[in-house]
Amino acid sequence: MRKATLFAGLVAGFSTFAFNAAQAVEIEYWQYVFDTRVKAMDQLITEFQKANPGITVKQVTFPYADYQTRVIAANMAGNGPDVMQLFYGWLDKFVAGGLLAPLPKDAFPHAKIESDFFPIVKAMKRGDEYYGLPTAVRSLALFYNKKLFTEAGLDPNNPPKTLDEYVAAAQKIAKRDASGNLTVEGSTLDMGGQDHQWWREVLIRQFGGVPYTDNDQKVAYNSEAGIKALKFYTSLQLEKKIGAAGFMDEGQAAFRGGKAGMTIDGTFRLGAFKSIKDFEWGVTELPANAQGVRSNYASYFANGISAKAKGEELEASKKFLAYITSPAAMDIWLKTVGELPALRSAALTETNLKDPIYAPFLKGLEYAHTTLFMDEQAQRQNAIDMANRVLLQGQSVEDSIKQAAAAEQEIIDAAKP
Amino acid sequence: MAAIEQQGAASGRPGGSPETSFGDRFSMRTRRLVWVWSFLALPILFYAIIRFYPTFQAFYLSFTNWDLLRPAKLIGFANYIKLFKDPQFWKVFKNTFTYLIIGTPISLVTAFTIAFFLDRVRFMHSFIRALYFLPFLTTAAAMAWVWRWFYQPPPIGIINDVFGMLGIPQQPFIRSTDQALFSIMVTAIWAGLGFQIIIFMAGLRAIPSTFYEAARIDGLGEWAILRKITLPLLKPTTVFLVVFSSIGFLRIFDQVYNMTTNDPGGPLGSTKPLVLMIYQTAFNSYAMGYAAAQTVVLFTILLIVSLLQLWILREKK
Repeated sequence: MRKATLFAGLVAGFSTFAFNAAQAVEIEYWQYVFDTRVKAMDQLITEFQKANPGITVKQVTFPYADYQTRVIAANMAGNGPDVMQLFYGWLDKFVAGGLLAPLPKDAFPHAKIESDFFPIVKAMKRGDEYYGLPTAVRSLALFYNKKLFTEAGLDPNNPPKTLDEYVAAAQKIAKRDASGNLTVEGSTLDMGGQDHQWWREVLIRQFGGVPYTDNDQKVAYNSEAGIKALKFYTSLQLEKKIGAAGFMDEGQAAFRGGKAGMTIDGTFRLGAFKSIKDFEWGVTELPANAQGVRSNYASYFANGISAKAKGEELEASKKFLAYITSPAAMDIWLKTVGELPALRSAALTETNLKDPIYAPFLKGLEYAHTTLFMDEQAQRQNAIDMANRVLLQGQSVEDSIKQAAAAEQEIIDAAKP
Repeated sequence: MAAIEQQGAASGRPGGSPETSFGDRFSMRTRRLVWVWSFLALPILFYAIIRFYPTFQAFYLSFTNWDLLRPAKLIGFANYIKLFKDPQFWKVFKNTFTYLIIGTPISLVTAFTIAFFLDRVRFMHSFIRALYFLPFLTTAAAMAWVWRWFYQPPPIGIINDVFGMLGIPQQPFIRSTDQALFSIMVTAIWAGLGFQIIIFMAGLRAIPSTFYEAARIDGLGEWAILRKITLPLLKPTTVFLVVFSSIGFLRIFDQVYNMTTNDPGGPLGSTKPLVLMIYQTAFNSYAMGYAAAQTVVLFTILLIVSLLQLWILREKK
């Protein structure tokens, strides 16, 4: 008797299991832990499941420091995600490792990708295939402290538009105590923050050069323009004395603490700066050079489909990816995370363009460049060292550039798959 | 002992046949060995799987070009050749040995001096000892961050504020290629001090007081007592602490990484120890084979240093 019940129970258990498996497909979505991003994704998943009752999406998250390793290790073990988030700079590694499937052309036609998304989406293309699409994009802008502007006798509604105006404003804001120690920075100098991107993709171009050639595989900044750009950057501390690297530990901390007049940072900093209560701040486009040339650095996390997703799971993954890169999803993302929509139509709306905070970032996107990093951390470290050699060891700008260019070329060559 | 053996022999008897029971088939000695080994098997198995297997795996990986993504391919000694040609490795090597050669003696002398005098203090003895031990209990990461802020330039760095009040020129500390390594070393010494003091004090307490009494009766001065009695009898403790502290300095990571997160091991690699280089090679650049080669080198250094110290400080018969 008891055996029969047990058997019946087992059969019932198996059959409901089988029934569910036939009915619904579950896919896994992976991203790294960042409170607002996880919340936004939860909301997107709820909306998506409402519209697609047969599909459940499970969100799996890992700390950022671990994320890449987890994705790669899971892939080796054969149980990775179906849809995953990845930094555009990791693409070469992920493609070489066979982690990502090319986006199916039926669901994601290339012509449509190229016309609808901002041009920086090109960084997800290798050969003839796209490997991912972003929900949101990030660009840089100049944040400024309106209170310090007013105190220095500057117009808080008329932030600097050119590099000369930027330096002049910063010099007026910078303050020192009796023994010459900096107490307020005119502008932050932090190569480890976003300044290396500013130097690489903005300043070098404004001084008439390019940072790289050959799809960013060949270092090209050991040039007149590269030298001028680094001279300008290091002179901000050494000659114009508008700030000092390491002041209050980090640039963003100095700005947040109300001890820096300006700082260059990205959209991702908006969340942290929104909680500032002590002063009002504004955002403006990165300063242009004397000829009006502007540039910007844009980056993004894209979503790609795993190479292991097949059959039903692949179909579900395609649907999910299409949804999270739709205007509706981007709107939710903008409201929850504060990152700009990756589709032109969703980003360049009248409301967004009138928004005093989003507008400068959006304008920046139009002329932004995206560095195709081969080993992002090592290349960033190389830029930090380049500036430090000049700032701390008194190496000449020319020598430092030469050394940095050679070292970076080595890093790029070593990272080539 | 005899009682147990008798009992064991007796319990085997009632069955009658000698083949049936475990007890009769083997001698007492064998039985005891089987027991001992069955208890030891678990930790040995654990060590073999958790420690030795990965160690051998690391040796194997150091001869491959594994990058996590593609299958590993044997490339002979290429990783080692690359490592010995890498100027960064030699810089890191030098840093690691600076931590070791300067850090270990300073921390041991300081710990001994404090332990020596603390041993004589009766007033609030436990409280003072607890104060010294406290940093050892604190998370290295939290401590490193507090020190990182102490070292900041004005207006937020406390140390520079005090310097300012005393009229001493401001110091860049962790923003300088000359001072950064020593600034970090100080925090590491401070963090390990409590542990070393406790061990030294235990060592001091273990020296029989009759030796001291005899020495005093013979009219030996304090300095002679220290040199002829305390230090020689403290040797086992000192050997242990030298090895322990050396390994600690050779493996230094937490302090360096947390105090320089926005330029790890910087500025300009002046504070980077070998472990941080291994970490970056493995988990930032994903050059696992190359990182494994660095690990093997670190392992060899640790082995040589430990053996060397044991040999130098060995008991002279």
